Amino acid sequence: MSLTAAIVGPGNIGTDLLVKLLRSEHLQVHSMVGVDPGSEGLARAREMGVPASAEGVDWLLAQDPLPDLVFEATSARAHLANAPRYEAAGIKALDLTPAAVGPLVCPPVNLDDLADVPNLNMITCGGQATIPIVHAVSSVVPVPYAEIVASIASRSAGPGTRANIDEFTQTTARAIEQVGGAGRGKAIIILNPVDPPMIMRDTVYCALPADADTEAIAASVHAMVERVATYVPGYTLRAEPQFDGPRDIWNGHARVAVFLEVKGNGDYLPPWAGNLDIMTATAAQVGERLAAGRDGGDGTGGRGERDTA
Amino acid sequence: MNDVRITDSTLRDGSHAMAHRFTEEQVRGVVYALDSAGVEVIEVTHGDGLGGSSFNYGFSLEDEIKLVSAAVDEATRARIAVLLLPGLGTVEDLRKAHGVGASVARIATHCTEADVSLQHFAAARDLGMETVGFLMLSHRVGPAELARQARIMVDGGAQCVYVVDSAGALVLGDAQARVSALVQEIGHQAEVGFHGHQNLSLGVANSVLAAQNGARQIDGALCALGAGAGNAPTEVVAATFDRLGIRTGVDIQGVMAAAEDVVKPFLHRLPFADRGAITQGYAGVYSSFLLHAERAAERYEVPVHEILQKVGEAGYVGGQEDMIIDVALQLAAERDRAS
Repeated sequence: MSLTAAIVGPGNIGTDLLVKLLRSEHLQVHSMVGVDPGSEGLARAREMGVPASAEGVDWLLAQDPLPDLVFEATSARAHLANAPRYEAAGIKALDLTPAAVGPLVCPPVNLDDLADVPNLNMITCGGQATIPIVHAVSSVVPVPYAEIVASIASRSAGPGTRANIDEFTQTTARAIEQVGGAGRGKAIIILNPVDPPMIMRDTVYCALPADADTEAIAASVHAMVERVATYVPGYTLRAEPQFDGPRDIWNGHARVAVFLEVKGNGDYLPPWAGNLDIMTATAAQVGERLAAGRDGGDGTGGRGERDTA
Repeated sequence: MNDVRITDSTLRDGSHAMAHRFTEEQVRGVVYALDSAGVEVIEVTHGDGLGGSSFNYGFSLEDEIKLVSAAVDEATRARIAVLLLPGLGTVEDLRKAHGVGASVARIATHCTEADVSLQHFAAARDLGMETVGFLMLSHRVGPAELARQARIMVDGGAQCVYVVDSAGALVLGDAQARVSALVQEIGHQAEVGFHGHQNLSLGVANSVLAAQNGARQIDGALCALGAGAGNAPTEVVAATFDRLGIRTGVDIQGVMAAAEDVVKPFLHRLPFADRGAITQGYAGVYSSFLLHAERAAERYEVPVHEILQKVGEAGYVGGQEDMIIDVALQLAAERDRAS
């Protein structure tokens, strides 16, 4: 049993996602949809044997059969317009834009709780890279405050991200709290233009109780890195989690710092664009697990365990 | 009519050297002294700008909005400026600062990333704030590219764009050429500014060259209090400009007294071009990294200048303080493998 999935938005993200979905055992690509007849992404989809249309969501919703899922890789504005139409047509939406119409999802943390929701938001690249770690720590000890720093190559930041960079910091901060389980969240994003481009880097800092069990936290972080690496193969720790003892300027809290690297799979986007790869890989993972869940089986990447915290 | 407007950044860039531990009393004392000496603009924020209080950059002792508010309260003539780095601070932070009376918004990006500032310039103009663009680590690109980036900021609403020598790495003609390129590109629409650091002891000389080549806004900090080996000292800039006949409207005795009697007594360490700071100027490393590198050096027992050298080679930009720990960890791992 498999689900059919359309991709709306044939840009870099949509094209990279297409390459990943074509490898999937549980997802069958229904179509690629755009609005520009001259789109390279649509041409590439056709070359790969995928039905493609520049007639937009109107075209998609006129198809019979309709897809089970749609991956939205357009813009927040477009998704806000499209979301009610997908829902009315009974199509589940996986939203890669910052629109956040539906709840924020991070697969190893809360996907199983959200499997029946009609619209899921993929948060941000920095969020998908760091929230699993915040959750890994907050499932061992209370985390009153967590802060993440995402560094990405300038060339991987598109005009949408640049025009509204506050959206990244605010959405990610909210997700660190709501999904990661921190009392308060803060997110920072840095664009670095160095050439050759730097591979995406993410740092997670969590405030800890002064007497926190550092061994248990380190073990939880390692286990989570392994889990994320099952669907983002280039997701690695740069070093062991670094623990610092309590300090007055930290309100008496101790701290753990976790240094991550996210190297892309090089499917369509180059390996340094780990920030884009982690979004497409995560979206593909959500689709896979939804399909496997419907199947009742435990297919590729679709893990049976339920994670509540 | 002044030729150049001096903006004092003791209470912003100096925050780095103070590990972001300014008290309200210190802020009030510095603002009172600068205001009395006729300095027109005083910048007050966490060293990394609005929202900078964090694990990555260091937590502020006092809430920065409270400090901005105190500065506004203390100033009679001077206008209070705030710094904002997009990706760290947000429009929401800017609104809060404006809400307590900040009237100049200085929006800072890496020298090649001006287009991340557009929403913040738009918001600042909507709020009725004066706008200044800050192109950090200006040594990383040539004059022509820097001018193109300045153009993006001006088109987005900046009324002045600064050549910011964040690493103190511009050597005389380098500063001159960048200021000239910006004046040529945006001079008919906006002012050009210069922000100098002392890592190679050229902050004041570069500021002179900037003013002589058309810069209308120059930054300084009392006692050079700032990141790296410190900023061009406001009191030295004012005195030197006076000698050269460049009018700033600043009372020389008053600003020297502000440095000597108000700031110097509370300093834990005087800014100095030690090996770490010189390495920053020489290798082109963001000045604010200095204290972070010193802490990482102590924690992981690796030399400060080696960390800074590696950070420079990797091309890390302002804001990537976390990479200092990462580099220190790599150096420590290399050392352990070798032994």
